[in-house]
Amino acid sequence: MAVATEIDSALERKIDDLVTAKFNALVEAHQDLPRAGKEVPPNGKSGPKRLAIVASKGTLDMAYPPLILATTAGAMGWEVAIFFTFYGLDILNRKKLKHLKVPSLANPAMPVPVPNILGVLPGMTAAATLMMKQWMGEARMPSIESLLETAKKQGVQLISCTTTMGVMKVKPEDLIPEAACGGAAAFLDFASEADVTLFI
Amino acid sequence: MAGSLKADKLLDVRKTFCPVPVIQAKETIDQMRPGEVLEVLATDAGSWRDFPAWCKNTGHTLLDAVQEDGTFRYFIKKTG
Repeated sequence: MAVATEIDSALERKIDDLVTAKFNALVEAHQDLPRAGKEVPPNGKSGPKRLAIVASKGTLDMAYPPLILATTAGAMGWEVAIFFTFYGLDILNRKKLKHLKVPSLANPAMPVPVPNILGVLPGMTAAATLMMKQWMGEARMPSIESLLETAKKQGVQLISCTTTMGVMKVKPEDLIPEAACGGAAAFLDFASEADVTLFI
Repeated sequence: MAGSLKADKLLDVRKTFCPVPVIQAKETIDQMRPGEVLEVLATDAGSWRDFPAWCKNTGHTLLDAVQEDGTFRYFIKKTG
């Protein structure tokens, strides 16, 4: 019996040694793997950070946020794509992008300080738009065209939703030349690798 | 500390708001050589958090940031 017990404990020690050696070898072999405390990009890839934005609104006030965020991310060295869909497509429309308007109706925060019900009156949209543009000018804010220029220089991808184009009868030549036609799958493919995704 | 820092280039973005200061800083520093120092003058209160964030993301070094009478002054060293 004593001999058997001795063999047992000798074997156990041998197994312990082997397991420890194997474990140490594994740790050694994977020294380069990311581990806690080491700087690792949040998305696990080594490239720049990514921002993916859906721009779905076509009013002047709602055209600013996606372009401000996109150009700021561009200035921080991020990869950026904006998917312009539904009314948001107007931001890429050569004729419309200079004439985006601020809605006076259903917009209690509108810049014209009158009761919201009066927003229905003719000329109120123009008045709200004019006031917003004046404020933007006084604050030296870049125009939508200027922000688009900056975005193009930074290489921001401007994707025009082809479904919107079909539904709203928008032709590629109606859009600025930098607009790239794409669908939801193309945007989702980009967004699936993004660190920040926003719907505006 | 700001007094002892010598800037190679000055960018005045006073009276502008986000995103202008950061966009112009990026466009200016792109024209500079690594190791050179960009001094930025701003009045946008948001810049106080924006410039550290911008430096963190671009790898440039924020050497100093000071506030005086509503003006913000940043010293940024360009990284290679």
